[in-house]
Order: sequence, then structure tokens, then C-alpha cells
Amino acid sequence: MTLMPQPQVDVTEQALIRRVREGDKEAFYGLVRPFERAVFFAARSVLNNDADAEDAAQEAVLKAFMHIEQFRGDSKFSTWLVQIAINEARMKLRKEHRELYESLDESTADEQGDYWPKDFADWREIPIEALQLKELREALSKALASLEPKYRQVLVLRDIQHFSVSETAETLGLSGEAVRTRLRRARLRMRDALAPGFDGGWIRGRGWEKVRPW
Amino acid sequence: MTVIEISCVEVWREISNFLEGWVDPELRQRMEAHFAVCSNCKAVLDGTKNVVKLIGDGQTFDVPAGFSERLFSKLP
Repeated sequence: MTLMPQPQVDVTEQALIRRVREGDKEAFYGLVRPFERAVFFAARSVLNNDADAEDAAQEAVLKAFMHIEQFRGDSKFSTWLVQIAINEARMKLRKEHRELYESLDESTADEQGDYWPKDFADWREIPIEALQLKELREALSKALASLEPKYRQVLVLRDIQHFSVSETAETLGLSGEAVRTRLRRARLRMRDALAPGFDGGWIRGRGWEKVRPW
Repeated sequence: MTVIEISCVEVWREISNFLEGWVDPELRQRMEAHFAVCSNCKAVLDGTKNVVKLIGDGQTFDVPAGFSERLFSKLP
């Protein structure tokens, strides 16, 4: 350890990775911090509960730290890290909840049947401000939890974590087309899952009349 | 200007792509013409757009309290 004052520390991703390779834990924290939520939600998209997801997230960052030399820099660090999180989560699911583990979940083939909307009520737009309502956030969480894992995983990465289609595809080992198809089905299912509560029920004090005829 | 009609099923198949701007101009035009006359599909479009906007907002889903502090607890 040097006693000389350090020059301006380079904190670009490449520089951080170089320091992590030398065993610098602080650099590792800095490297991972921007992607903490992505790691958690990716794990949660597989495991569907907070406790398991947190455990898998911790395992994932441990693995990333211990195997940092395996990161070759041909993809983004975030993609690599989230892939590890997804794999940890899947291993955990397979080990602890065998009956829930779907090998089909990992298949790249999509089933023949498609998903079509079931509800055509025209609800008033729910503004972002309404997210302050705990009930709305809970409804969104519940709807997300009700999705099949393969749709939920795509939705979480693309629409919640704002990964690009190609990043999502790479992380999950899917084609771009499969990502787009699963995204569409996930979104339509989310909308249907939320539709019953949408008749102005989230917007209080604004006197929304019901939009359905019944 | 003639725009070839598109069915509701075809619209639903492309609705997510439409929201992202991943449809070619011809298909976009056909879909827009459809939304102008089909209230069901317009409702699906608007609702889907609304849901995507809500779940895309950072405040919708939370990590557990203390998650950040515990995240690196397994490191040697």
C-alpha cells in the first residue's frame, strides 16, 4: 500500500474492473452499485419473492467478485452481472422449489398459441402521481407476480430496468424476436390483470365515473 | 389514399412493436387508421401504454429495506 497521495482516481467501468482484478473491493462496490436494483429485480423475476431474490442477489455479487477475471468486456458489465443473477436465481429455484421449476422456462421456443386481450374497457389514464397510492403499487406487483416466469423476466429487464432488446436477449439467451414476442404477451397480460381495478379507482378525489356499461 | 385494412388480431400482434416504433411506415399507417375506427383496439393501446409507463417509473417497485447494506455481506 502506497503512502503517496493518489492521483485523480479513474472511475470508468474499465478502470474499476482493472482495480477489482487486483482485489480492490471498494472498486467492486462502485462497479456494482449502479446495477443493484437490476440484480435484485432480475432475481425476483425468477423467484417471485423478496427473501429468495435477496439471497440470490447476494450470491450473484459474490460470484461476480470471485470470477471477475471471466468478464471479458465483449458485453456490458451490467449484462454479465445480471446474467449471473438470473442463473443464481434459476439454480435456487431448481434446488429449493423443484415443483415450480419449469425447464420450459428456459426454452427458446415459444408456444404456438398467442395471448389476446380479454378486456376492452377504456380506462382514463392513470397518472404517474397515482403511484404514491400503495394500493396501485401493490396491484402492479401482484399483476407482475401473476405472469408466467418467461414473460415476467423479459418485462422486468426491458420495461422495468430499461435494458435494450439486445441486452435483454443476451442476458436471457433469447433471440431478439423472442424478446419482442414475450414482451408483447407480458404487456397485454399486465394490462388485463390490472383492468378490473382501473375504472378510475386509482384516482381519488377526481370524481371519475365508471367507464364500463355494467 | 388507400390504406389496406388490418384486423384486430393483426393489430394486437403488433401493438407492442407499435408502441416502440418498431413497425415499418406502411404497417404504422394501417394500424393508425385502425385505431381511429376501432375503440377496442384503441383502448388496448392506451391501456398498454399506460401500464408500460407506470411500471417503467423508478418508484413503482422497491428493493427491501436494507438491501443495499446487505448486498455485499457474503464477500470474503
